[in-house]
Amino acid sequence: MARSLIIRKSIITIIMLACSILFLLPFAWMLSASFKIEADVFKFPIQWIPERWNGVANYKEVWFGKHPFYIYYLNTIKVTVLTTLISVTISSLAAYGFSKVKFPLGKVLFIFVLATYMVPQQAILVPQFILYRKIGLFDSHLGLVLLGSFSVLGTFMLRQFFMSIPNDLIEAAKIDGAGHWKIFWSIAMPIVRPAIATYGILRFIWTWNDYQNPLIFLRTDSLLTIPVAMQKFSTINGEFYSLIMAAAVSAILPLVIVFIIGQKQVIEGIALGGVKG
Amino acid sequence: MSLKTELTTPVKVSEAPKQRKVRKEKTENLIGLLFVSPMLLGVSILVMLPIIATFVLSFVNWSFITPLSELKWVGFDNFIRLFQDKAFLKSLMNNAIFILTVPTCMMISLLLAIIIDRNVFFKGYFKVAFFMPYISSIVAIAVVWQVLFHPSAGPINQVLMSLGMENPPKWIADPNFALFSIMLIQVWVSIGFNLIVYLAGLQNIPKDLYEAADIDGANAWVKFRYITLPMISPTSFFLFITGIIATFKVFDLIAVLTKGGPINSTSMIVWNLYETAFVNLKIGPASAMAVVLFVVVFTITVIQWVGQKKWVNY
Repeated sequence: MARSLIIRKSIITIIMLACSILFLLPFAWMLSASFKIEADVFKFPIQWIPERWNGVANYKEVWFGKHPFYIYYLNTIKVTVLTTLISVTISSLAAYGFSKVKFPLGKVLFIFVLATYMVPQQAILVPQFILYRKIGLFDSHLGLVLLGSFSVLGTFMLRQFFMSIPNDLIEAAKIDGAGHWKIFWSIAMPIVRPAIATYGILRFIWTWNDYQNPLIFLRTDSLLTIPVAMQKFSTINGEFYSLIMAAAVSAILPLVIVFIIGQKQVIEGIALGGVKG
Repeated sequence: MSLKTELTTPVKVSEAPKQRKVRKEKTENLIGLLFVSPMLLGVSILVMLPIIATFVLSFVNWSFITPLSELKWVGFDNFIRLFQDKAFLKSLMNNAIFILTVPTCMMISLLLAIIIDRNVFFKGYFKVAFFMPYISSIVAIAVVWQVLFHPSAGPINQVLMSLGMENPPKWIADPNFALFSIMLIQVWVSIGFNLIVYLAGLQNIPKDLYEAADIDGANAWVKFRYITLPMISPTSFFLFITGIIATFKVFDLIAVLTKGGPINSTSMIVWNLYETAFVNLKIGPASAMAVVLFVVVFTITVIQWVGQKKWVNY
């Protein structure tokens, strides 16, 4: 690379670095405020590095105070892990069925499943609510998990990957006497593992952050997941901004970690189909 | 029917090839069904059934707490009232204004994507940095912005005042600024998604197009206008459509930040639906709103299918 090009690239990098820092300032402010004593939160000029540290007390109050976050964390982990596992299983099965089992009904059924993707989630909240009350799934984690378990998007995404497996491979296995179940489990699944990881991580993030479903389908305080708990916490603690920021950090941090670990999968998954859920 | 009898009859000697094929097809049908049945069952009960119920309920007058026997059929009353309801029309209007966030966000993201794609070091860092808001809990983000936007003590207004602005806007507390403030947050949150999709789109443009343009002595603007922009148009179209659909579903930001206020200035269709159904317990009108929402999203999706062929130009 020519020297002038390197200089040009460096200058642009520095400018962009400044832009990205500006872009991330809300996060920085949140993090810094979460370690301050209440009186210092709004001090101006902004103290980016707290002068008087109160982090331990703030986080202790958030995690083990009157509305202990550890309960909401456990709930969220339970709901998110279950939803992700079930959703990945159901979507993989369906994706295999729609792509590698050649059955005449398959095409019609696939169109039926795809058609349901056009229904906005919010347009069916009321009947879902009535249904849940009738069959006793209202205000339960099981109900919440089931709501996130049947993903058309996941099925569609995984189907694309199953389709890329050569049919000859399947036929060869069949001649060797393998049934579809065996082919699915020991040939197809290992091949599409990266796609499953991608979809799994995305489903994990979406479920963890879901606010609307827990808001409507849960009522008992001890069952809440983090987003709704976060909102309740901020309403109850109204003017204690340092506590609210400590709660916000606690709500965001786990996903930042998941994202950094699964960065490649997340970014590829998003880029791939331009997925949004 | 005839198929079934054929197959249940025990076949003694040797199956005719045709029969064997029929039999194979039948087992394949059964196996296929087994694989897709959990998904099929799930979407039938949790999506198909409810959307039909939504249409039915939009013609009734009923609330969750009253017995089913008090359900009244009111024909198109719910819809007629809806379109005379000032608050609902205001919500629709707000949704229409909110669409502006989509092209705004796309332009910023495309600019960032072009810069990040070729012209910087640490590409990986920038992807992660701009993607942060997208993976963060919207509720937590909304709460943080609520504090940042605090009219008197918030850091944003403190900065504005220190820069000599005497009456900075009250942001989400001011009916004239509230919607704009929420749009601002929406753009901030969505940049990451748009950026990643645009970066993927840019990768797919053949490099030799730019090399050819370089040989012809084209400047950066000409290359952008006549290569990048047309070649990236499928991505833009995709982002535009999904972006618009997403604006119609905006709920979390409103629910946490403003609850539709002040004076309905940030009420949007889904918020209105939620309030009507789950706060005021009016099932009929809420279902009518749901039908409107469904029709809007459905129409946009159809436009997407048709438009994909027509408007993507290169």
